[in-house]
Amino acid sequence: MTFMKKTLTASITLAAATSMAISTAQADISDGEVRIGYLADMSGTYRDLAGPGGEAAMEMAIEDFGGSVNGAPIEILSADDRNSADVGANTVREWIDQDNVDMVGGLVASSVSIAVTNVLEENNGLGIVSGSAASSITNEHCTPNHIHYVYDTYPLANGTAKAVVDQGGDSWFMLTADYAFGHALEGDVTEVVEESGGEIVGGVRHPFPTSDFSSYILQAQGSGAKIVGLANAGADTVNAITTASQFGLTQSGQQLAGLLIFLNDVHSLGLESTQNLLLTTGWYWDMDDEARAWSDRYFEEVGARPTMVQAGIYSSTMHYLKSVEAAGTDDPEVVRAQMAAEPINDFFARNGQIREDGRMVHDMYLAQVKTPEESTGEWDLYNILSTIPADEAYRPLSESQCDLVQN
Amino acid sequence: MSDAQTLARPSAVMERQKRAIMRRNLFYVALVVVGLVAPFVAYPVFLMKVLCFALFACAFNLLLGYAGLLSFGHAAFLATGGYITGYLLASYPGLTPEIGIMAGTLVATALGALFGILAIRRQGIYFAMVTLALAQLVYFVFVQAPFTGGEDGLHGVPRGELLGFISLSNNLAMYYFVFAVFLFGFALIQRTVHSPYGQVLKAIRENEPRAVSLGYNTDMYKLVAFVISAALAGLAGSTKTVVFQLASLTDAHWHMSGEVILMTLLGGVGTLLGPIMGAGIVVSLQHVLSQSPLGNWVSVILGIIFVICVLSFRSGIVGEIARMYNKNFK
Repeated sequence: MTFMKKTLTASITLAAATSMAISTAQADISDGEVRIGYLADMSGTYRDLAGPGGEAAMEMAIEDFGGSVNGAPIEILSADDRNSADVGANTVREWIDQDNVDMVGGLVASSVSIAVTNVLEENNGLGIVSGSAASSITNEHCTPNHIHYVYDTYPLANGTAKAVVDQGGDSWFMLTADYAFGHALEGDVTEVVEESGGEIVGGVRHPFPTSDFSSYILQAQGSGAKIVGLANAGADTVNAITTASQFGLTQSGQQLAGLLIFLNDVHSLGLESTQNLLLTTGWYWDMDDEARAWSDRYFEEVGARPTMVQAGIYSSTMHYLKSVEAAGTDDPEVVRAQMAAEPINDFFARNGQIREDGRMVHDMYLAQVKTPEESTGEWDLYNILSTIPADEAYRPLSESQCDLVQN
Repeated sequence: MSDAQTLARPSAVMERQKRAIMRRNLFYVALVVVGLVAPFVAYPVFLMKVLCFALFACAFNLLLGYAGLLSFGHAAFLATGGYITGYLLASYPGLTPEIGIMAGTLVATALGALFGILAIRRQGIYFAMVTLALAQLVYFVFVQAPFTGGEDGLHGVPRGELLGFISLSNNLAMYYFVFAVFLFGFALIQRTVHSPYGQVLKAIRENEPRAVSLGYNTDMYKLVAFVISAALAGLAGSTKTVVFQLASLTDAHWHMSGEVILMTLLGGVGTLLGPIMGAGIVVSLQHVLSQSPLGNWVSVILGIIFVICVLSFRSGIVGEIARMYNKNFK
């Protein structure tokens, strides 16, 4: 049985690790190897957002780093969480108990991320959440054992809402998924729209998940609002956008504001139905030379352009490995402190900094989806309109409910 | 043991029956020993997962295999047990895990009674659809209810201390507790199936009008089977929540109701050990495949296995083994 073998190897490595810990100083790489676990949805809804592409990005980072830290080889393990919290938590528990994994990356569905960070806190591991949207991950669910790297709903909702109102989109109709996540998003947007001088003229809540959006889109059209805000995610957003396009919503002068939409969604929906959609993104592959250069390498490897999550996985893995090298140990606490001490400026993050609540803040960008006429290629999808500075983009620490933040 | 033999030489047949029961008991003892030794060979948390799902599948099998009722809403009981236990243990730190589990099981039982009263009025596909519809209602309650954490799930459930003094944070202690819970559930099902009540259930499964004509109140029999099954599914869910320290929507989703059907059919419906075997296979496959390069194909591979199972060995693995054993060694 493989389990028998695994237990055997685990106990041998454990024994070896203990003897090593005794023989050498504490500040060292545990069991002589840096093991990184990649946990993500490899087969379900979020496959294109992170999935196998994210693993490829992580492997690229390890390769670019040279494959070893201070002489200790870097090993990568990967698993499919199937968007299930117990599968995710179980996998990570086993990785820590049996394989001595030092860092867990990827982490997409928010239920999985929260479950995993709980396990990491209990077992003193380290996690870098790249794929999840929920801002609660570094708010009420914050732990000293994880970092939320790429984006969260706060800048996505606030950045988009504020920018849209500033550009004259001052009357909104909210199309909200009827569960906690949708409500939170709707609340964030409402607040920002009203603060910026706009108004919410109407809204409708749809069950989660919904496939037929026609009646909701008709209501949105009837409301006369300039902007239709989509406070939903994943398949719901995709369905809503498709229906809106079929009903000629954008052609009749209204505009869609996507609060949680990614490059792969726009790519699969096509420009015809998504054109002029406003959204906030943490990164875009074509935004400058540095980003383009990395994306070209990624494209050769994977055959698709990277999403911000996949780019973030590369960037965070690199930052982690550099911090391990600088600290001379893979002890989670020390590495976590080292990662926070060093600002992050690479092809992905500008003015990046990890705060005490674990939130990595960096510049965000307001983007608009190109029209089919503007676009010059399959992946030429966004116009970057403006930059939202790092210190304005994310939820300020003064509003934080995280126990690690002293208010 | 045919009827003719029974009539001809009762003493010899009784002797043979006695020996069969002894053999069966020996076999059970061997299985229990395997269960006791297992955590030293395999990873305990994985084994606990198998046991929780095995109990869930056994509960489901009681209904499908012995009462002939295909419920497509068993995820609701698993999730209800899990959420109630999780909520109680997370919000009232003074509670010991066994109290939490009992409360979860109790609520799942009550829900089972409610579902049962509504669903057993219909048969066949209509019964399955009614249970599915009710389970979807429960799913949406869990999506909306504030205490479940919606999409994010319910997290940070403490394992606590059994009876107030045995810490379950140790995986080994937790394992033996789960094993005991499983044995309790299995024994209950074993007892139910082999009781006169179980015989009537089988009669109803084979020919309900006939059972009615013999004077049995079949609705009551079916309802009781439904409630026992729901209670044990709730027990499995509650225990699972304590093991993993979380409850999530995955358990309430109709996929879970489908998965338990897969486990039961694969292992062998209407056999006592089949669901355990099926749960073991499905959970192991998911576990092994999700960490292999074939990870993207878990659902496809499980689907293919299911198709092969239904096409070529309908009585499931254990059913097939039992058939071969009966053919060659009896």
